[in-house]
Amino acid sequence: MISPRMASGMQEKQYTPSLLSFFIYNPKFGPREGEEEKKILFYHPSEVEKNEKIRNVGLCEAIVQFTRTFCPRKPAKSLHTQKNRQFFLEPEENFWMVMVVRNPMIEKPNKDGKPPTVEYQEEELLDSVYGAVLQQCYSMYKIFNSTFNRAVETGGVELLIQKLEKFFYRYLQTIHLQSCDLLDVFGGISFLPLDKMTYLKIQSFVNKVEENLSLVKYTAFLYNDQLIWSGLEQDDMRILYKYLTTSLFPRHSEPELAGRDSPLRPEVMGNLLHYGRFLTGPATLKDPDAKFRFPKIFVNTEDRSEELHLIVYKAMSAAVCFMINASVELTREFCEQMDALVGPQLTLLASDICEQYNINRRISGPEKEPQFKFIYFNHMNLAEKSTIHMRKTAGASLSSVHPDLMKILGDINCDFARVDEDEEIIVKAMTDYWVVGKKSDQRELYVILNQKNANLIEVNDEVKRLCSTQFNNIFFLD
Amino acid sequence: ESENEYYLELTENPVQFENASSVNNVFFDEANKQVFAVRSGGATGVVVKGPDDKSSVAFRMEDKGEVKCIKFSLGNKILALCYCIYDKLSISKEDTQCCECRNTKYTKNASVLGFCWTNWNEIVFVTDQGIEFYQVLHDKRTLKMLKSQSINVNWYIYCPEPAVLLLSTTVQGNVLQPFAFKNGTMSKMPKFEIELPMVPKPAKLNLSERDIAVATIYGQLYVVYLKHHSRTTNSSGAEVVLYHLPREGSCKKTHVLKLNTTGKFALNVVDNLVVVHHQSSQTSIIFDIKLKEPDCAVNVHQPVLPARSIHPYKIPLTGFPALLWCFSLNTHLDSSTWSVFQPDIIISASEGYLWYLQVKLQPTVNLLQDKGKLMEFLLRRRDCKMVILSVCSQMLVGGDDKGNLPVVATVFDKLNRVYKEYLEAEQAYSVAMESGSSRFSNSYKRPIRTQAVIDQSDMYTHVLSEFTEKKDVSHKFIIAVLMEYIRSLNQFQITVQHYLYELVIKTLVQHNLFYMLHQFLQYHVLSDSKPLACLLLSLESTYPPAHQLSLDMLKRLSTANDEIVEVLLSKQQVLGALRFVRSVGGHDNVSARKFLDAARQTNDAMLFYTIFRFFEQRNLRLRANPAFNPGEHCEEHVAYFKEVFGEQSLMKPATI
Repeated sequence: MISPRMASGMQEKQYTPSLLSFFIYNPKFGPREGEEEKKILFYHPSEVEKNEKIRNVGLCEAIVQFTRTFCPRKPAKSLHTQKNRQFFLEPEENFWMVMVVRNPMIEKPNKDGKPPTVEYQEEELLDSVYGAVLQQCYSMYKIFNSTFNRAVETGGVELLIQKLEKFFYRYLQTIHLQSCDLLDVFGGISFLPLDKMTYLKIQSFVNKVEENLSLVKYTAFLYNDQLIWSGLEQDDMRILYKYLTTSLFPRHSEPELAGRDSPLRPEVMGNLLHYGRFLTGPATLKDPDAKFRFPKIFVNTEDRSEELHLIVYKAMSAAVCFMINASVELTREFCEQMDALVGPQLTLLASDICEQYNINRRISGPEKEPQFKFIYFNHMNLAEKSTIHMRKTAGASLSSVHPDLMKILGDINCDFARVDEDEEIIVKAMTDYWVVGKKSDQRELYVILNQKNANLIEVNDEVKRLCSTQFNNIFFLD
Repeated sequence: ESENEYYLELTENPVQFENASSVNNVFFDEANKQVFAVRSGGATGVVVKGPDDKSSVAFRMEDKGEVKCIKFSLGNKILALCYCIYDKLSISKEDTQCCECRNTKYTKNASVLGFCWTNWNEIVFVTDQGIEFYQVLHDKRTLKMLKSQSINVNWYIYCPEPAVLLLSTTVQGNVLQPFAFKNGTMSKMPKFEIELPMVPKPAKLNLSERDIAVATIYGQLYVVYLKHHSRTTNSSGAEVVLYHLPREGSCKKTHVLKLNTTGKFALNVVDNLVVVHHQSSQTSIIFDIKLKEPDCAVNVHQPVLPARSIHPYKIPLTGFPALLWCFSLNTHLDSSTWSVFQPDIIISASEGYLWYLQVKLQPTVNLLQDKGKLMEFLLRRRDCKMVILSVCSQMLVGGDDKGNLPVVATVFDKLNRVYKEYLEAEQAYSVAMESGSSRFSNSYKRPIRTQAVIDQSDMYTHVLSEFTEKKDVSHKFIIAVLMEYIRSLNQFQITVQHYLYELVIKTLVQHNLFYMLHQFLQYHVLSDSKPLACLLLSLESTYPPAHQLSLDMLKRLSTANDEIVEVLLSKQQVLGALRFVRSVGGHDNVSARKFLDAARQTNDAMLFYTIFRFFEQRNLRLRANPAFNPGEHCEEHVAYFKEVFGEQSLMKPATI
């Protein structure tokens, strides 16, 4: 977990933030003396001694109770200490999730064989970022398992404990705390810019498939990890998108890149060639023993809660999620029918989009070195765009700018969150960088400029220029 | 066979004339579509009945023997007659007394086959030895020969539009020689040979005029040949072979219509369809030469629809008024009292009726299952609009049966292709008109809007608005259909009308599908317009993001800056509104009062101060004086400013 990084001083060692512990408890499950252990539903790392678990949980309980007296409606969200920071979340009544993150630190060696001095960087972590990471943990659990309460209702606390164990054991390994940043706060969706006609063709495709395979209740369409269409409601799509782009797609793209098991060999259906294949469910339909089991997801948990099979089908760079009522048992016949119907059409559509995509790229110029480094987010449709981050790889998206600058962005974001009105903040960073944050209605834009000796007016003009070129089709107060 | 399966019918109001009898000879002129009833050789009257009252006349003439042929020139100007016995010709002017121009110029020993008018004063005679083309010098009452051509003629067919005469030559009769007439000129077109099913030995006349017709189909002239089934060849039945006769160049065999049966046939051309009547089955079939058969070789056609009889026509029988006499045309096809003329005429000389044959489109809807093919067929018909719209409605009400959507898509694409062609022609026309060059103004005719042009308003009024109201259709299907229509319009680059977007939005809002709406707007599927932006604004209370969407749209329109200011002011974003006005460079012209009013309403004194100061500075810059002009009506706000901030806070006029 500790990944040392060499800093400027030869022997200095820098440690990035890391996960110390993560636990979930419900104080109602063990209210009496001696029953404290019952409160604990999940504890990571599991090898921690029982009494210490109880102690840590008790401490959190006490902090939450204590701070509640100051502000009953807004319970404590985090606790800052020298060595670490604790984040609290009550996603469902009386269910608490706690994440303890160790502050980043610098280890300075001492002469004469003395033990090294450790300097904790207490102010480096942003509450908003890690609070969002914790919230994401819950949302991700919920989309695959429904709510905590529902597990208790159907199978008692035992079932909930089982589910938590099964889910978080794997999930916690996939979160990369050192690379969390502003994008985690937004939890946005990257949309593929597309011309109207191609978009309408996709609409037409989705409608025709849904009509033909009436079992399909919702459909989502993505290209190159970017969303084009979602039949799911926004909040559900947000978390499903996160799962697809950070977990499912990277897992499948790796073998593709490595050229193993050559999934790119086209299937031939009649006289139609197609590249379609299932990313969830059976690896190949040819296998006579193939199991037709798909992951299940829970959506609309707020009101009616629907349980759905998640079929993810991909042809070239186009991926489609088909969601089907979980009470229906999916058969080989159905999958074959879907493969035959969707495969050729999706292959054709994917090459159409690819063509459009390349045209757009040619117009907007080479992608390699964007003129501006910026992050854009729109709260209304969760649209997010970053020229700062590299393409998402398994688990994390890496930013290309210094963490100090990312922290400034995070700070500006916190300032914006405090007030409703439109604002603009311009920061001169220690290096030659200028950081500009703009908030207009529900949109936020963060720009990083590297111009030596630029003054405030020049920076302001530069941002205006960016807005008029990149965002000329939306209403952005200047 | 139910009532609604007859797709052919006879006109309801036939032309009636005195039926043929021993004393009354009946003639028909295809050029003017006139029926001549000649009583007693004309002595007791000639009654001419045309398609309308104007072309109907009656007169008397001297009986000079049995009439062989009688025709008016165009516009009823001159009457020409040809008698059987004497081979003499008589030409007379309407309403004037018969004035015979005995013609001596016939080739000796030639026998006259007939004549035809090619213009109001030009006539061509056909004899068995050639043709002679004359101009009638009306005042001198003589004929002036314009041209003649010697050629052995078996029989002839004349097609008045576009004035082409077809002569059967050679012993077998199967080499056809066409001549074209235009403004006093006669030009010989390349001759061509009709392929006969078998060659008789010894050679004899083997091609009858009964098996040949000339007709204009889709604007092109065709020689239509009814090729009978021959026992020697392995053909599956009789065929109709179409030879295309172009204005320039030679005649080519282009289409083969498979009749799939044998027997006696007759032909009509109605609404660009070739109608073939079959005697023994008493049924008719139709062919559309533009309908591509996927399974057949190029230009081999099968009947569009299954064979059906013509809708029975009821004639009240004279003398027996209580009885209605039903009959089917085809039983009488072979009888001498029944005649079929091109393109769409059927005459019963014995009953004294002339009908036009018509195609009824409604019954075809149920007979042609393939909706795409049906649409193509309908789009090429004359009175197709309402039938097409009813097919669309029916297809949608059929609901969300599996696989319906692809059919809907195909149908929309077919409709919009025709719609787009019309729009393009219309646009090309208006461009040509605007450019004003007289050179082109003659060559550009305003494009004719046929019934096949189904525009958005037609679809909206007759199909979509009603369909979206249907309670028993799932909203998913409704939205899919609307999107499909919009997709199709976009595919043909047709600007989508605002009311269609409104329909989409209304449907989405009705079912709380705001996120879907949001995505459509995000991808500009619903194109920007002021009305749409206003519609979005009105949705803000139920769906807050609509506000942002609306402002974005107004911004993109770039002609809606005033609206943006109003929206911002209504949200009390006074400063934002002012900054926006400044960014688009309109701050020198905006009304100060409007902004000060809005600032006052916020009850934010500092905001009011800021706005007030801004306009003082503007005044100073524009007029070198910070005070407001009386015309700006800001007195009330000046007073308020003084009251709150004191008189000394007002900007001082610049001292020069």
